[in-house]
Amino acid sequence: MARVSLENIRKVYPNGAEAVHPSSFDIEQGELIVLVGPSGCGKSTLLRMVAGLETITEGTLTIGDRVVNDVDPADRDIAMVFQNYALYPHMTVYKNMAYGLKNRGLPKTEIDAKVREAAEMLSLTEYIDRRPSQLSGGQRQRVAMGRAIVRSPELFLFDEPLSNLDAKLRNQMRIEIRALQRRIGVTAMYVTHDQIEAMTMADRIIVLNAGRIEQIGTPSDIYNQPASTFVASFMGAPPMNLLPASYNGNGVATIAGGSEVKVSTSGSYQGGVQLGVRPENVSLSPTDRANPLTFELDLIEELGASRLLHGRLAGHSFVVNAPNDADIPDGSIFLDIPQEAVHLFATDTGKRIN
Amino acid sequence: MKRAGFAQPWLPILLLIPQLTIIMIFFYWPAGYAIQSSFYLQDPFGFGSSFVGFENYSDIFSSGEYRKVAWFTVVYTFLVTFLSLSLALLLAVKADKVIRGARTYRTLLMWVYAVAPPVAGLMGVMLFDQSAGPLTEFLGFFGWDFKLGVNYNDTATAMVVVAVWKQVPVNFIFFLSGLQSIPRSVREAAMIDNRSGTRRFWDITFPLLAPTAFFLLIINITYALFDTFGVIDTLVKGEPGNNPMTLVYKVFIDGFRGNDLGGSSAQSVVLMVLVLALTVFQFRLLERRIHYT
Ligand SMILES: Nc1ncnc2c1ncn2[C@@H]1O[C@H](COP(=O)(O)OP(=O)(O)O)[C@@H](O)[C@H]1O
Ligand SMILES: [Mg+2]
Repeated sequence: MARVSLENIRKVYPNGAEAVHPSSFDIEQGELIVLVGPSGCGKSTLLRMVAGLETITEGTLTIGDRVVNDVDPADRDIAMVFQNYALYPHMTVYKNMAYGLKNRGLPKTEIDAKVREAAEMLSLTEYIDRRPSQLSGGQRQRVAMGRAIVRSPELFLFDEPLSNLDAKLRNQMRIEIRALQRRIGVTAMYVTHDQIEAMTMADRIIVLNAGRIEQIGTPSDIYNQPASTFVASFMGAPPMNLLPASYNGNGVATIAGGSEVKVSTSGSYQGGVQLGVRPENVSLSPTDRANPLTFELDLIEELGASRLLHGRLAGHSFVVNAPNDADIPDGSIFLDIPQEAVHLFATDTGKRIN
Repeated sequence: MKRAGFAQPWLPILLLIPQLTIIMIFFYWPAGYAIQSSFYLQDPFGFGSSFVGFENYSDIFSSGEYRKVAWFTVVYTFLVTFLSLSLALLLAVKADKVIRGARTYRTLLMWVYAVAPPVAGLMGVMLFDQSAGPLTEFLGFFGWDFKLGVNYNDTATAMVVVAVWKQVPVNFIFFLSGLQSIPRSVREAAMIDNRSGTRRFWDITFPLLAPTAFFLLIINITYALFDTFGVIDTLVKGEPGNNPMTLVYKVFIDGFRGNDLGGSSAQSVVLMVLVLALTVFQFRLLERRIHYT
């Protein structure tokens, strides 16, 4: 259980591709940090550099109080859970979990106690003599977890550990992993492309885009104060609506080809913006105001708990998440966008300005 | 499910006839003929034969010469199998490490596979040539006066070297594809669990290669026993008497050089039994072979 620190870590693959641009962040002791981003953005590369499976081109990696750039993976005191579980196919569940301990020279009795305890914790006791091929996907996932737990490492690394499971099992394992990590109190780094996993599991989220860190923050920071249009559209389902607009620098933004929207802001930026509104922050307004936001409805998507209204606002495609009981008028629909729900991003840089 | 059937009962028989004919002509008929003639003593000039019962067989098993050849065959098979498997494994492990180089490596080694056994033998003759062979000169450099076709042990060495050289590519290809089918993440998990590369090889990689290795073991034994005929023939031609040879080659020498068809047939029947045993053994083990995934 240690603090992990990355300083200007950079990765250039032998073929010249810069998979990770110099990136820095710290992981606090006992914290679960989630690296999230679209496929190919460099999440695995970053994680594998921490594991020692990939060399670090530049920068300093510290685990605990050791700089481990050149330390062998086996000596970094880390454990990793892989996407396809990576169990040893010819070994039983027991041996899979014991292998790492055996190689570290632990006495047999201690190994046995640790393996049985982990098996108990993960409800694997009755499968302990089976081979991985005789287990279900969820059970294999547990064995992979067990193999990591028995080692009591300083740091847990997860590379999309749930993406091979079906949706139901994924939800269940998500909660289990989170609870387990809390219980053991181990520092953890978790890679996923699934923003729901990121939001639900993380103490802090790191959003990666094309090898660069877009934003680091708590799930609520990421959701409420996305630092860029990339984060805004990647995190949250359905994604945030982004409309081209212009901003006068004085609390009023004008949607291109449409009406004005009040904005709460402190910045002094003036000019072209992307105006962002989350579908769930918009409400339907029965009244026609002086400055109406008229919504043209194309399609209703029934979600059960709520309904998604797909349509257009001032000619730009727009989605509204309406509660189940909201009645949808037949004629013109008017929208109400609360001032504090409006996000503004500079058009040229994509960075947040309010 | 509806079973597909033939309207006329004779049609399937008709369709099977070509295949059956080939098997009959090229396998059962010669095999039957060999069994039959193993009980006869042939007149060396081809003027008839007389029934001698099991005499040809008892001759074989009491012959010191036959025992010597049989022993040589065992040693030869062991050496060829062991050396071609271990060399190929070594090369495959190295090639697997440099995934990029693997392709060139693979192609280079595959060329050898395309060389026909007699040609391989001829190349061996050239390499080990008494006066100008580069390998002979190389060995002479270390004080080994290499005499192919004259010295029993030297000829045996050349036979092993050429046969191994010829077989390594096949084994290499199988081992390499076996290695490359081990998921990268499994090896990476092992890297985190065990810092010693050698121990990882024996604990993780080798057990996962075991099915491939077993399959190759059988293939290689069969190769060393039977398919090395061309290599041996080229290397010892002219002076078979004083040179080492395998059981299969002795069948040919006794039958076609010594004109002892009866004795040669008896020898081939013994070999047939050996192959049969090997095949049964292989199937037994293949059935029990562990499939890991
Ligand atoms: N061994 C490699 N050699 C060259 N490029 C690689 C290698 N591994 C990954 N990449 C590239 O680096 C980028 C990041 O890959 P990766 O870290 O696997 O992404 P992610 O895990 O986020 O999907 C991708 O563009 C990928 O093509
Ligand atoms: Mg990945």
